[in-house]
Amino acid sequence: MISRQDVEHVARLARLALTDAELERMREQLNGILTYIDKLRALDTAGVEPTSHAVPLVNVMREDDNRPSLPQGEALANAPDRSGEFFRVPRIIED
Amino acid sequence: MKYDTVIGLEVHAQLATRSKMFCGCATTFGAPPNSQTCAICQGMPGVLPVVNRRAVQFAVRAALALNLRVNAACRFARKHYYYPDMPKNFQISQYEEPLAEDGWLEIEIGGATRRIGIQRLHLEEDVGKLVHEGDFATAASSLVDYNRAGVPLMETVSRPDLRSPEEAATYLKAFRAVLVALGVCDGNMEEGSLRCDANISLRPRGAAQLGTKVEIKNVNSFRNVQRALEYEVGRQAAALEAGERIVQETRLFDADRGTTHSMRSKEYAHDYRYFPEPDLVPLQMDPAWVESARAALPELPRAQKQRFVTEYGLPDYDAAILTESPERAKYYEDAVAVHRNPKAISNWIMTDLLREIDDRGETLVTRNVPPGNLAELVTFIDNGTISGKIAKDVFAEMVQTGLTCDAVVRQKGWVQESDPARLEALVDQAIAGNPKAVADFKGGKTAAAKALVGQVMRASGGKANPAMVDRLVQEKLSRI
Amino acid sequence: MRTIHELTAAFAKGETSPVAATEAYLARIGSLDARVGAYLTVTSEQALAAARASEARYRAKAPRGPLDGAPIALKDVFCTRGVRTTCGSKILEGFVPPYDATMVERLKAAGAVILGKTNMDEFAMGSSTEHSAFQLTRNPWDLSRVPGGSSGGSAAAVAGGLAAGSFGTDTGGSVRQPAAFCGIVGLKPTYGRISRYGLVAFASSLDHVAPFAFDVTDTALLLGAVAGHDPLDATSVDVAVPDYVAGLGAGVTGLTVGVPDEYFGSGLDPEIERAVRAAIDVLRELGAGVERVSLPTTEYGVATYYLVAPAEASSNLARYDGVKYGLRVPGGKDLIEMVSRTRAAGFGAEVKRRIMLGTYALSAGYYDAYYGQAQKVRTLVRRDFEAAFARVDVLAAPTTPSVAFRHGEKADPLAMYMNDVYTIPASMTGLPAISVPCGFNAAGLPIGLQLIGRTLDEATLLRVAHAYEQATPWHDRRPNVE
Repeated sequence: MISRQDVEHVARLARLALTDAELERMREQLNGILTYIDKLRALDTAGVEPTSHAVPLVNVMREDDNRPSLPQGEALANAPDRSGEFFRVPRIIED
Repeated sequence: MKYDTVIGLEVHAQLATRSKMFCGCATTFGAPPNSQTCAICQGMPGVLPVVNRRAVQFAVRAALALNLRVNAACRFARKHYYYPDMPKNFQISQYEEPLAEDGWLEIEIGGATRRIGIQRLHLEEDVGKLVHEGDFATAASSLVDYNRAGVPLMETVSRPDLRSPEEAATYLKAFRAVLVALGVCDGNMEEGSLRCDANISLRPRGAAQLGTKVEIKNVNSFRNVQRALEYEVGRQAAALEAGERIVQETRLFDADRGTTHSMRSKEYAHDYRYFPEPDLVPLQMDPAWVESARAALPELPRAQKQRFVTEYGLPDYDAAILTESPERAKYYEDAVAVHRNPKAISNWIMTDLLREIDDRGETLVTRNVPPGNLAELVTFIDNGTISGKIAKDVFAEMVQTGLTCDAVVRQKGWVQESDPARLEALVDQAIAGNPKAVADFKGGKTAAAKALVGQVMRASGGKANPAMVDRLVQEKLSRI
Repeated sequence: MRTIHELTAAFAKGETSPVAATEAYLARIGSLDARVGAYLTVTSEQALAAARASEARYRAKAPRGPLDGAPIALKDVFCTRGVRTTCGSKILEGFVPPYDATMVERLKAAGAVILGKTNMDEFAMGSSTEHSAFQLTRNPWDLSRVPGGSSGGSAAAVAGGLAAGSFGTDTGGSVRQPAAFCGIVGLKPTYGRISRYGLVAFASSLDHVAPFAFDVTDTALLLGAVAGHDPLDATSVDVAVPDYVAGLGAGVTGLTVGVPDEYFGSGLDPEIERAVRAAIDVLRELGAGVERVSLPTTEYGVATYYLVAPAEASSNLARYDGVKYGLRVPGGKDLIEMVSRTRAAGFGAEVKRRIMLGTYALSAGYYDAYYGQAQKVRTLVRRDFEAAFARVDVLAAPTTPSVAFRHGEKADPLAMYMNDVYTIPASMTGLPAISVPCGFNAAGLPIGLQLIGRTLDEATLLRVAHAYEQATPWHDRRPNVE
């Protein structure tokens, strides 16, 4: 079972500012879903290789060639906040 | 000291590719902010990464040169943490399946060879650059430049085999020399092409268990690695002496003050939520290809040093200094190729050239005095065109102006006077003008001949060929 | 409404023109979309410009192919250069991509006219299009019901005659299920068959670009236009793309259709079961062999999917932080607060739920039990299919356990997730799968037959679907939304 504390920790990891009510609803719903998902534990997967892609490919690479970058103006066009040639963000406090 | 120092280095080397790790943007240093980005390296919605083949080739080359085992298969993984210099808020790196594992690099320290273990080598992408408006702690906002985001990095993690700050600096130098010799990294530490984090702990001498380790970030020159670690050895030893516990933490090196300070992070373990990068497929290393890459490795610095001793007859000391950097070794060999006087050219590099480099920086000096010009200078000395004494002035002039030796000598009229008739005249004058010296010589004071030689040299403005003058003075005096 | 192949044939004969057709569609959108709610953005000017260019090519007797001038719609999950792309989310407010998705480039190169961007569940998470941050989309067959999701806007656009064809994305059934709900054809090709470059990622290892159309021929045309290797997508498959249209009409004689027991269990609407079994009978009458098969891991599909998809989504959606593009909620005391508030305000409840679930599943100590285990179960699911395909050529099954439900009817997340039970296995294995109309229930709501094929064998899938379609009247029925 996922605890309220777990939910708060995960919300912090995921950078989601949730209200108390949201955290509580989230706890209930996640517990419901996780209980359902727990049926997977019953499956014996010892020695089974994981599937990460439907069609297995290897060694897909590109040559070391340059492609044009975006013009600076276009690169910054979607910025919610900018200062001159830079994206701007509020003060950073280490966490 | 009653403590053993235990150090491990994590080195991030920027690979010298034309384009970024996962997109085609250029990697040129110093471009205007946000002018070398695209939808991919900006992490825009919908974009996908594709691996740069040359980055993989470079990493394999480095892995082989550093004696690592290139894994038959490797995979990229996403490493998650929120930071605005990282556009996707995850970094594409390698985690459980790195490109290579388990190697070593030999370094020479105090005449002995030490083998430093290397735990792993993997590929990842760099992050952007943050500029704080004002001081970091008080800045109201920070500015982000994503030019560097996505530049290919190769991370190597050494084993905690280094036993002193000096060893750490030596390891880093040797490591850099290998990468530059391989051509996989330009090794430019000022531009951040090679960056280093150090882990250091102290333990009571002889104890088996490791002490609490502290990570030091932001040590980006050989000198600073040593300074930061020396400071940290002192700090930790003092703390242990005082009965304090060492806190496991990350500390930042302040190069201006020469101290480290805690980053004061809230101490909760990072939860990077690694999982295999679903947008990329695994890399499988064809053993035949790996072997051909091994066969194609260039000569590495330690082998080169050995060769310098045998091929050029240099003392160990000279060979070690000349092969400290691949650029220097190449400079030396280029010069010797023009004029084969290995020891004389070595002497010039180790004394005059390196002194100038200390003052003026390597690129300036080697640009102004390319190897062919130094070789010419030594040729002029060897064939008597200029004296060894004048040569010092010629060299200084070459460094200043970038002119060839020949041009300097012509311009300054510094060609050595080797015409026997004219030298004889000067010698005759000196003998005629210094009867006392002649008498002294005849009286058995052989040193008096030196005074006469000095006279001739002065009279010629320093240009007289000293060996010829010496011989002429001896001849004339013996005939008197 | 005409199909694409009928329409472009008419262009070639000069019976009508791309500009006239585009104007007619734009007029229809103008008068009817307020009721259907299929479009988030209508790009009238660009559409007319493209139509004029196409018309000039027809006049010069040099059309680019059977899609030239075809008016189509794109789910708002595909990046379109210079046209806002929202993914149905407030967090992408104001975002205008500086590039076209590869599939958009290919459609433009084929001469297609893009009418606009369609509504969707936010970040493609949902089965009803009710999770769009912007508007409700209604099922053209019954406006009180959902069109399915997450590609509900693209499905409703085609069913309602507001586009001649469209594209959506299918991650767990998001094209097949709305196709079934809206009585049209929806094809999820093999994973890697169509480039994902420019498709805003939900779950990278499960996302597929997928077309909707009135009939199988149009579906084949749309697939052929965008399929094929793309160097910008490392997971795209580098194999030749067959001429899908040319392969239609070969019939089903000699093919064996497998009927998986697990797709006809409890929870399946009896009217759907009757319609699907009748469809299988039609295939038998057309000359196909029919065999029962078993896919025992089917019951684990939903649980597996709801680990893999949220885990990948939690990672893919980390980039929406108010720094580079989209919404920013200002006023926080520092960066962390700004980012956390922006994400809280920008994402809807379903997206937050999945980000939380995925973050939890990937976090320290849970990886092996959740994501790691789910990826292993995917292997077991794949083995089930491999065993079945050793005996049969295609599988036939229902697309959904129920017909289109009413708005607001499935409020419980888990109940909504169970709607994907029959579509998820082909998503997780990357196998091609198509939904074709196979009848209507007593209330007049469409029912979908799902066919699942071998890896990269879309051709056989289309061939069987086409044979069935030609033998039945369902694809000719259109809802009346006027």
